[in-house]
Amino acid sequence: MGDTLDPPRDDAPLATSKHASAAVETAAGTLSDAKGGTLTARAVTINRPPHELYAYWRDFTNLASFMDNVERVDVLDSQRSHWVVKAPGGKTVEWDSRITEEIEGEAIGWTSEEGAEVPNSGRVEFKDAGARGTVVTATILYDPPAGFIGKVVAKMFQREPAIQARRDLRRFKQLMETGEIATSSRTRAQLEEEKN
Amino acid sequence: MRALTWHGKHDVRVDTVDDPEILNARDVIIKVTATAICGSDLHLYDGYIPTMQAGDILGHEFMGEVVEVGAKSTLKKGQRVVVPFTIACGSCYHCGKHQYSACDNGLPADNQDIGQEMYGMPMSGLFGYSHLTGGYAGGQAEFVRVPFSDVGPIVIPDGVPDEQVLFLSDILPTGWMAAENAQIEPGDTVAVWGCGPVGLFAVQSAFLMGAERVIAIDHFPHRLELAKRFGAETINYEETATYEALMLMTGGIGPDAVIDAVGLEAHGFFVDNVIDQIKASTFLGTDRTHSIRQAIIACRKGGRVSMPAVYGGFVDKFPLGAFMEKGLTLKTGQTHVQHYMPGLLNAIMEGKIDTTFLISHTLGLEDAPNGYKMFHDNQNEVTKVVLKPGLALAAE
Repeated sequence: MGDTLDPPRDDAPLATSKHASAAVETAAGTLSDAKGGTLTARAVTINRPPHELYAYWRDFTNLASFMDNVERVDVLDSQRSHWVVKAPGGKTVEWDSRITEEIEGEAIGWTSEEGAEVPNSGRVEFKDAGARGTVVTATILYDPPAGFIGKVVAKMFQREPAIQARRDLRRFKQLMETGEIATSSRTRAQLEEEKN
Repeated sequence: MRALTWHGKHDVRVDTVDDPEILNARDVIIKVTATAICGSDLHLYDGYIPTMQAGDILGHEFMGEVVEVGAKSTLKKGQRVVVPFTIACGSCYHCGKHQYSACDNGLPADNQDIGQEMYGMPMSGLFGYSHLTGGYAGGQAEFVRVPFSDVGPIVIPDGVPDEQVLFLSDILPTGWMAAENAQIEPGDTVAVWGCGPVGLFAVQSAFLMGAERVIAIDHFPHRLELAKRFGAETINYEETATYEALMLMTGGIGPDAVIDAVGLEAHGFFVDNVIDQIKASTFLGTDRTHSIRQAIIACRKGGRVSMPAVYGGFVDKFPLGAFMEKGLTLKTGQTHVQHYMPGLLNAIMEGKIDTTFLISHTLGLEDAPNGYKMFHDNQNEVTKVVLKPGLALAAE
């Protein structure tokens, strides 16, 4: 283990720390069975109640409806699922994921199983925000494919997990609030092209 | 269908493109009966707005007949509607507060990155105004796909001509919101910089809100003439020293509220950024940043500044000291069109607001490139060009 951030620290989320590697270590300590060396977090407020958002998310087969890079998620049993995810260059990467934490209506934690090409772990929280709905916060630790060069390539193809996470959360919000995902396509053919 | 498409600087063409289709349940397809060229379209025409792509369909002021409805639309086939230029979902927190131009969901998720980078957070989508504002196809076409049709479009009663209601799509609510942001009190003197469509509607709105005097400032004689028609006193800044005139006309107090309806005229992003970057020192460029400075200097102490004018990036030499010392209030923003449409439709029907005076030219859609050129080259006489897809090509 490298350095962790010693208390006392401020109240800001770890993902916003200027001491990135120490923050990763500290964040890893808060997740059970953490995997991945890059930390990203994103929060979005969704004008719907927590239990509704939690229920949609917890059925992992729903995730492909707003996670653009996820081709599909197969549920293997109550704790394990198989992920098929688009990667740069028309390829896919696949891995199995396991739930590490489950608080009904509030939070889901996960980690990838041994041998995953893109080791990742994280936590998504659903916090009641009263009249404003729910604050959904995703914290993700991941190892980008093939190190630094892989990250650059992934970014070029917009498959970089941090970019993808922020766009996916926006789509989740659109779907939950409006019942659909906004598109500026004019024709079905354009829409299909955009998705690929 | 036929549509006015952008191909580059001063190059717009009417092309045949694929018809739009219903893609989401809340969509409708509108058959356009009337659409206008906006002053801000000229910035696309001049090539100032980045992220335009060859073939993009322009136009954000349009109305028409509903010809196809998605499963969750509340509209019916055959209804005539005016469509707001802002694309807003009606379901998010901001729409709930009627801050429609701040809608969280109007922009496709991928298009939200740029607004997040530039402004800290993305704004709503707009029709026909580059890929920064969503890349939505615009209304200068025979047909348009309109998302969130249960929230945006307003149904127009039979017998009301298109010309009377078309401007509900943008410039009338924008002028009205400008006056509302000036927080006018009875007896106020209001000064309006810029007598384009927004300024002229702000003049009318200011009087309706109780202003005693409105002073309109421009350099196009014909536009000043139109302002005078609605009761404004006028200043031609090419003939007159504006600040000195305002001081004399208000007994040394200054206008109680000032409205900058000049700005960069563009709906959105980047324009002044780009102009700054290329250090363009055209007279338009300097005039434009000048208007907000002059408005702040002329405004009375403790007065109000309303800025419907659009600024996209950074402005040099903003008189922050005068703004602070005089204790001014500034209100601004893209128009929350959906919020204002119903009340303004009533005002039109009751004859309180005149809209048709603005239209100087009506052309067929096939004539649109010519309309752009006319509008671009002669802003004194060409106050508003309306395009009607049904109209035959004008004889040469």
